[in-house]
Amino acid sequence: MDEKDQLKGYRGRARKVLEYMGARVWAEVEIETDKGIFEGIILPRSEQADDLHVVLKLFTGYNIGLAVDRIKSIKEKGFRKAHYKIPEQEFPYDPAKPNVTLLGTGGTIASRLDYRTGAVIPAFTPGELYGAVPELADICNLKTEKLFGVFSENMGPAEYITTAKTIGREIEAGVDGIVIGHGTDTMHHTAAALTFMVQNPPVPIIIVGSQRSSDRPSSDAAFNLRCASNAAARGHIAEVMVCMFGPTSDTYNLLHRGTRVRKMHSSYRSTFRTISDIPVATCTPTEVKPLRKDFNPRRKDRQVKIDARFDDRVAIVYYYPAMKPDIIESLIDNGYKGIVIAGTGLGHVNKPLYEPLRKACKMGISVMMTVQTLWGYVQMFVYDTGRDLMELGIVPCSNMLPEVAYIKLGWVLAHTETREEVAKMMLTTVNGEITEREPHDGYLIFQGGLPEIEEFLKRGLR
Amino acid sequence: MDAWRKKLIEDIDFDDKEFYSALGFKCGLEIHQQLDTKKKLFCHCPVGYRNDEPDAIILRHMRPTLSEMGTYDGTALMEFKTKKQVIYQLYRDNVCTYEMDDTPPFPMNQEALDYAIEIALMLGCQLVDEVHITRKQYLDGSIPTGFQRTAIIGVDGWIPYRGRKIRIQQLALEEDACREVEDRRHTIVFRTDRLSTPLVEVVTKPDMLTPHEAAEVDELLGRLLRASGRVRRGIGTARQDVNVSINGSDRVEIKGVPRTPDIRALTHYEALRHKALLDLREELHKRGITPTGFRAEDHEVTGLLKNTSNPRLRALIDEGEVIHAVNLKGWRELIRHETQPALTFAAELAGRVRVIACLDEMPNIFVLDGRGEGLGVEAEEHLRKEIGAAEEDTLVLVWGPAEDALTGAQEIIIRAKEAVQFIPQESRQHMPDACRTDFERILPGPDRMYPDTDSAPVAISKERVERLQADAAPCPWDREERYMKMKIPEHLAADLAIHPSARLFDQLIEETSLNPTLLAEALVQWQKAIKRDKRKVGLNISPPYEESLESFFKAAADCNTPRRALYYAFEKLLYGENAEPPSFLSGEELKALCKKVAREFADVRYKTRELTLDFLVGEIIEQSQGRAEPAKTRFLLSSYP
Repeated sequence: MDEKDQLKGYRGRARKVLEYMGARVWAEVEIETDKGIFEGIILPRSEQADDLHVVLKLFTGYNIGLAVDRIKSIKEKGFRKAHYKIPEQEFPYDPAKPNVTLLGTGGTIASRLDYRTGAVIPAFTPGELYGAVPELADICNLKTEKLFGVFSENMGPAEYITTAKTIGREIEAGVDGIVIGHGTDTMHHTAAALTFMVQNPPVPIIIVGSQRSSDRPSSDAAFNLRCASNAAARGHIAEVMVCMFGPTSDTYNLLHRGTRVRKMHSSYRSTFRTISDIPVATCTPTEVKPLRKDFNPRRKDRQVKIDARFDDRVAIVYYYPAMKPDIIESLIDNGYKGIVIAGTGLGHVNKPLYEPLRKACKMGISVMMTVQTLWGYVQMFVYDTGRDLMELGIVPCSNMLPEVAYIKLGWVLAHTETREEVAKMMLTTVNGEITEREPHDGYLIFQGGLPEIEEFLKRGLR
Repeated sequence: MDAWRKKLIEDIDFDDKEFYSALGFKCGLEIHQQLDTKKKLFCHCPVGYRNDEPDAIILRHMRPTLSEMGTYDGTALMEFKTKKQVIYQLYRDNVCTYEMDDTPPFPMNQEALDYAIEIALMLGCQLVDEVHITRKQYLDGSIPTGFQRTAIIGVDGWIPYRGRKIRIQQLALEEDACREVEDRRHTIVFRTDRLSTPLVEVVTKPDMLTPHEAAEVDELLGRLLRASGRVRRGIGTARQDVNVSINGSDRVEIKGVPRTPDIRALTHYEALRHKALLDLREELHKRGITPTGFRAEDHEVTGLLKNTSNPRLRALIDEGEVIHAVNLKGWRELIRHETQPALTFAAELAGRVRVIACLDEMPNIFVLDGRGEGLGVEAEEHLRKEIGAAEEDTLVLVWGPAEDALTGAQEIIIRAKEAVQFIPQESRQHMPDACRTDFERILPGPDRMYPDTDSAPVAISKERVERLQADAAPCPWDREERYMKMKIPEHLAADLAIHPSARLFDQLIEETSLNPTLLAEALVQWQKAIKRDKRKVGLNISPPYEESLESFFKAAADCNTPRRALYYAFEKLLYGENAEPPSFLSGEELKALCKKVAREFADVRYKTRELTLDFLVGEIIEQSQGRAEPAKTRFLLSSYP
């Protein structure tokens, strides 16, 4: 809809009535209804809302909805358009501070509210960011580049490739670290994609987002951004990592390896967890504390390998009991080149699927097996089912997460379609997507109610 | 203190219209009353209080955000300056991830919305057609999201008072905040049990013209809310904020007045505080200290005071803390201007320093105007010389960790400058004496409101309003009048009109032939008396459900239960026993009992036969647990020799 629209968001009956009354949004009005007189400012209306009400902001700050059919007259007494803008100030430059490039893909990391749709619009220029999170200037010199403005569910191969290439260019230009603002839903897909597409980076590449949008006082956005900027500017871990809340309390963040991380709760702040391993490090706005030694350290050189390609004829099939062969057949018929199965237990599917899977393998489609338990390894020797499946030509993907296997298979298929070569590349680790061993503390889902866990929760540590 | 407090409130006519009108006294009320729903407003947690050890804690911080009009709210910025660590205490049974701000809201509790609409109708409000859930920012940490979800249900209502209308500005349905457990330095602890309990906020226009009127209208509104039969009762379920202004001053809010009668003294002395501040401003202007002529300097004086004789200051210097001296140019003596009983303008400065700089160990400032407070006269002289303070200047010392001491000094300057300009719009807390107030925070404005993008607007249909209108309780004054027409004594009618069982009473009167006064007595007085007795013997029994009361009294009406028998049976019911209201004894039963008693007490002879009969009738009624009809009994007995 046109930004200059005088009745932004209003449609149908409401629009007709308001037009007839000569009303417009942002007008200070006196509305006479059959119930009495209401004074306030006419606000734009959410486009998803019905066409029977007009939204009025009372002078107390409250919004109310009035039925348009009760309106007798509208008197305009003034006009007050909102200037919803984060105070913009020039981001200070300090030659002594490291230079960080923040790439924007969308999401709510630093944002303002669109009262009309309820959507959150990113605030993104360095000036805006400085206005919203002035502490960033204590950490680094910031340059920003808006790549896209999409929600994370709309991130896909084209976006991965553009992001990877931009990272390559920035590294070449000498930047000390890169931060990528991203919606949280598919952050772990992007993290995996960038791990494969940007190999051996000399500087940290930190993906960050927020679980509470920054239009809320309790937002995690500012803290995440500060932690991520510091990890990018001064951290000594030069890998693609996700930087999000460690506990739900705002005390420290975790740095997760891009290939081992997954969003595990639809709304918790501490939703990102490293699966089957421990995170790379904890971090705060001033510090990065490694939890392990086997990370790639920051280097002075600029020797990064950008390998940005992707074949999107890949699918994940989340197996369920009684799955019918036509699911696999339709993928074959539609020309898919790769299938990642999230199988049950150690990596199993039922017998009726054998036939179409055999057919798929025969036709040169690469079929990979992962586990829907998320934690643990595929082990297809234990039961007959597993051995049967391997005979069909299905490749067990060790402890690669299903989403990571999907991303990796798309990336591999852009290099080769030969099944043997695909299998070889899939099983050759780029950075942690398969680990040789699972440490004893790689799987920890505490159960509430147990006395020792309750004791832990009382200390505010989760 | 009690004697002192007594002195402050006796001999004052809080209803002196002439005095308060000359002052331009105006007062409005904001009454917060929890609704009696089973579940919370935006999640499915049960409502309830906890006093046991919390199951878990979490830690958070707050940041201000923009309103949709594109501005920051003043309170938000002030509270951001305080940089508090907020700790929330959690309970598994009645706090979920919604209250923790780790899950978005569930759809609004429709039971609560119904109750709010009913109350809005009682107040004669115009209902909105579509309820928009709005976020009201609170950065003090009292709500983990940093905002309260609130929605206007009705506007422009009124209630009758002293032959005029007290206007109701609005009625909002909102979620309650946390309870504060502790607030020390940079850490504040909240208990989350109360969080998200549905409540209605009723806001009046500033139509009360004396402190006495304010208290009376508060009482009246409280009665009205209770009369709805939809509100929670007990300690902490209703709270009121009182707004006060006078000619030339702006609105100041006294938060959380604990008792209605306290409103009188609190609003009186608050009004006098405004007057004192206006007088102070005039005095300042006379001295040429105007908005443009105001001068203040902040000096860090830790080094100059390192040999101070004050042990507290010396100790903090040793610990690496710092001392600032704020020079208020030309203020000599004016800081000693009395603003409230036994308090001066210095208390205004100390309040800001306490809240905003988190320097809460009192005293937190020293006022130096020649008397050498805290330092000694000589040391003050020396300090003045060193920082170039003139004789007519006043110095204010503030100390603490470097960052806090600096914030404190800046706040002193801000508050002093305000004194030259206006009376700041503040939210103030009452002191323990319930007469005086102290700074709590800057009063938030409309800029702290913005729409809740997590919830869709809720349209209120015509059908819903009609249904609720039929269901809503009548106003207590209408009810009272009706009850008095039924010949119920006035005080009982007044109590019944706001009693939780009033609705049941109306229904029973409509559907049965029960005697109204008897029923009123049973529901109001008997219930209370029996419960009190039970509590005395240490029994704690929950009141019977409305349905069991209803069937009990219907049965009583059917068998025409005598008064005495009803009382006994009712007592049993309240003790949780399965009680049936009995009918009168049949002719045969009564005859048999009369015979038995007459035999038992054959020896008893009073002076007259009438007196003996009185005794026997009483005994028979007692033994039958009230089921013997007195007249019939007497008649039967009198036929015996």
